[in-house]
Amino acid sequence: MSVTLSTNAAKHVSEFMAKRGKGVGIRLGVKTSGCSGMAYRLEFVDEMHDEDLIFESHGVKVIVDPQSLAYLDGTELDFVREGLNEGFKFNNPNVKDACGCGESFNV
Amino acid sequence: MALLQIAEPGQSAEPHKHRLAVGIDLGTTNSLVATVRNGIAVCLADEAGRSMLPSIVRYHADGRVEVGHTAAAAHATDPKNTIMSVKRFMGRGLKDVSHVESTPYDFVDAGGMVRLRTVQGVKTPVEISAEILKVLGARAEASLGGPLTGAVITVPAYFDDAQRQATKDAAKLAGLNVLRLLNEPTAAAVAYGLDNASEGVYAIYDLGGGTFDLSILKLSRGIFEVLATNGDAALGGDDFDHRLFCWVLDKAAIEPPTSDDSRRLLMKAREAKELLTASEEAPIRAKLSSGEEVNLVVTREEFAAMTQHLIAKTMTPMRKVLRDADLDPEDIKGVVMVGGATRMPHVQRAVAEFFGQEPLTNLDPDKVVALGAAIQANVLAGNRKDDDEWLLLDVIPLSLGLETMGGLTEKVVPRNSTLPIARAQEFTTFKDGQTAMAFHVVQGERELVKDCRSLARFELRGIPPMVAGAARIRVAFQVDADGLLSVSAREMSSGVEASVLVKPSYGLTDDEIAGMLKEGVEHVGDDMHARALREQQVEAERVIEATTHALEQDGALLDADERAAIEAAIAALKQLVTGDDPRAVKKGIEALARATDEFAARRMDNSIRSALAGHKVDEIQV
Repeated sequence: MSVTLSTNAAKHVSEFMAKRGKGVGIRLGVKTSGCSGMAYRLEFVDEMHDEDLIFESHGVKVIVDPQSLAYLDGTELDFVREGLNEGFKFNNPNVKDACGCGESFNV
Repeated sequence: MALLQIAEPGQSAEPHKHRLAVGIDLGTTNSLVATVRNGIAVCLADEAGRSMLPSIVRYHADGRVEVGHTAAAAHATDPKNTIMSVKRFMGRGLKDVSHVESTPYDFVDAGGMVRLRTVQGVKTPVEISAEILKVLGARAEASLGGPLTGAVITVPAYFDDAQRQATKDAAKLAGLNVLRLLNEPTAAAVAYGLDNASEGVYAIYDLGGGTFDLSILKLSRGIFEVLATNGDAALGGDDFDHRLFCWVLDKAAIEPPTSDDSRRLLMKAREAKELLTASEEAPIRAKLSSGEEVNLVVTREEFAAMTQHLIAKTMTPMRKVLRDADLDPEDIKGVVMVGGATRMPHVQRAVAEFFGQEPLTNLDPDKVVALGAAIQANVLAGNRKDDDEWLLLDVIPLSLGLETMGGLTEKVVPRNSTLPIARAQEFTTFKDGQTAMAFHVVQGERELVKDCRSLARFELRGIPPMVAGAARIRVAFQVDADGLLSVSAREMSSGVEASVLVKPSYGLTDDEIAGMLKEGVEHVGDDMHARALREQQVEAERVIEATTHALEQDGALLDADERAAIEAAIAALKQLVTGDDPRAVKKGIEALARATDEFAARRMDNSIRSALAGHKVDEIQV
């Protein structure tokens, strides 16, 4: 079981963490909400919880809680540029369908 | 799919509920848009990677509107339809615009805010600014991948009501929801994260393209308070360009240049100025329309010498603002540099000397204001729910008050009061049976209304008839966080009310504010004398009015001699009122009071007698 970052994503996360000046890593998670049932969470982590699982990817700690991992296993977080817009994208092999915007999905 | 940003712990937005908020620095020369992404404030760039958008709008005959770099290029070929530095015209009347003759525009003076005639018809500065805001808004939506919740737009600390309102109107016209107007220096302090500093007083030195602002900010427990502001609305990097341009004309012995040549040389002067930031000398080469060639070299020293007087002009407001805040240069904990013109080494040196410390320059001085606005926008949009949500307190630049009898100013909200603010004061009627009262809202530091700026007038009607001085009229001034003023008046016993929202067609220019502040200081002596005189004159008129009224009513209580004595005293006082010696008027009032002592006593007895007539003694409640 694992969750990884693309090189580009890791580079940007490291940059943001450095500018933010604190935090141990980033948290990837899912929560139940949105039009297709599930939504991603992407946050900085200052404090970890006991049950958290930690993956190390390109020098960045990726923190996932066990419930979320079931939906995220095999996911690679990428950083992409679309026109003027730029940001992170979940490449999640578990997703069956997503809503148009992709912010919400179903497995 | 939508691209995600990293949120602060526990603050991931619900899907479709991202609150996209931006900060916009709507500048005289350049404008920028910034946002907070992945926890960091960043300026948003266009497709070519440029953050700065020249604040230039070009109207085409075919209905197209061009904004920014491409419009700038057309400035030489289509000057009438290519509007630069429109911020200088925001909320201003034609007579407020300095150097009208040196601008290429076709101004239309329709009263109120100045208008410009273009190939697409007559445009207001609000419409032109809206074009700039539209481009920035579209850039932000493309960059953030969704519609904007709102924007914080920055304005110079010196912007008056009319200019702030014009800025808000422009944003509305551009389809932006204005979360707040924020003073530029305050935004700069936010960008530097001074809110994280423990405590201290900071100076913000903002020398932009066209305006100079100096502000003193006090920080305590993460709360900003602007202690004082000052500046010069007609001083900026453009003046340095212009000075160098004049030097070139002089050196190259160019007779009045054609407007094409002027533009070309001005551009060369600007390039040379920018080069001098990093190098000791800069070449100025241009080919004039006459075929003549200009080939000069300017050194950093020469440039510093020829612009020294411009830097000196920033020193007067610096001393003044410190005096306003009751501080010395050594009380300042840090100095923040804002505006591209602060890159000039001799500007930094002068500021460092004045404050006895090196100013903060590690953020891009062109971007700090936009970055700070973005941070504020992020808070106001509700993206930061944690406890470090802070308040921003700004100040009003000039006192607000009312005209009272005799053309005197009664200050209700003193200058440099922090915003938002509400202040109320009670006034009363001047004449018996007065049922209406006119209010004249003024702004300024002088004692006499005629020396202050008129903002608005309104009337309160339906006051129940009462004797002079018995009515209690509560006048409340309210200035919101954007610096916009509303005034209301309420008669306390009857509850009748009237109010006005001050939205003058155009208000004070920064020059006027600076000028009025200066006059206020220079004329303290004159003003005190004028005020004392007017106060005595008003009092004299009141006493004459009351005495005349009493003579009409109870003249029968006096014999001919007594009556003549009082009438003589009235005549004497009327004579004194036309003079300019407050003490003489005061003596006249006292003389009249003495002359009427006996009369007053008899009237009192008389009225008691008539009140008691027909009653038994035990019916009178004591």
